[in-house]
Amino acid sequence: MPLATGKVGIICCSGEDLPEGTISRVATRLVLEKLRPDQTVTLCLPLFLAGGEDERAFARVFPTIAVDGCSKKCAEAGTKKFSGRPVATILVSEVMKKYPHLKVKSREKLEPQEMELAMKVAEEIAKKVDEILCKTAKK
Amino acid sequence: MENLKVVVVPCSGIGKSLGTVGRAATYKVIERMKPEKTRTVCLALLTMGDADALRLVRENPCIAVDGCPALCSKKNIEASMGNLAHNIIVTDVLRKNRSLKPEGVIELNDQGDKLAEIIARALSEKVDEILHKEK
Repeated sequence: MPLATGKVGIICCSGEDLPEGTISRVATRLVLEKLRPDQTVTLCLPLFLAGGEDERAFARVFPTIAVDGCSKKCAEAGTKKFSGRPVATILVSEVMKKYPHLKVKSREKLEPQEMELAMKVAEEIAKKVDEILCKTAKK
Repeated sequence: MENLKVVVVPCSGIGKSLGTVGRAATYKVIERMKPEKTRTVCLALLTMGDADALRLVRENPCIAVDGCPALCSKKNIEASMGNLAHNIIVTDVLRKNRSLKPEGVIELNDQGDKLAEIIARALSEKVDEILHKEK
């Protein structure tokens, strides 16, 4: 199956049990809605199991970035297991280390400080999107 | 059965606002309405077959909260051989509350929050019912 050109797939863990999971989700949506709306697509991770072959083809159609909240890396492992190896992984807990002043507590509505962190993660995702698209264009 | 908790598992629904409604309803229940009686688990962790997540959904009654008819939460709990006690689909509740127009994924609008509140109340009643039966 050929890779689609001009779009990057983003799969986030959405981690319902952890604040970092909410950050992964909001950061992904920030990229899709605000930072790179024309260059990105997404899919719900559990749909790999609940869906059909069309869903499981996702990472074979789009170069994909996994966005994980914690070191269990469900998005990376799930994408690899059900669809195809992601090109890159962004780990929220690693990004958080760069911004120790930004504390994360909420799983539900993000406070301004948490939203700031989500934007930092989104910017890292967007940077990776640009890198991938630049490499794809050169091929 | 003293430590038995109902595990409320929302879908990850990142593509639509109804996924966020299910997620918001879940947090209303586990953080405010029934914090002593409920908890959640990362659905992605369950999808990946994490041993602790599997044990949790097998040893406790679960409620799946799905945003759409793809039923990712329900199907993943069933595939994990979890103890599925009940499931709610946000689109079904929306059909009964047609005046509400939920919007937003990053942040729900007020109508989305109202829908989440309606679902949370239904979930809360179901939690009591399930735990009463388990006694």
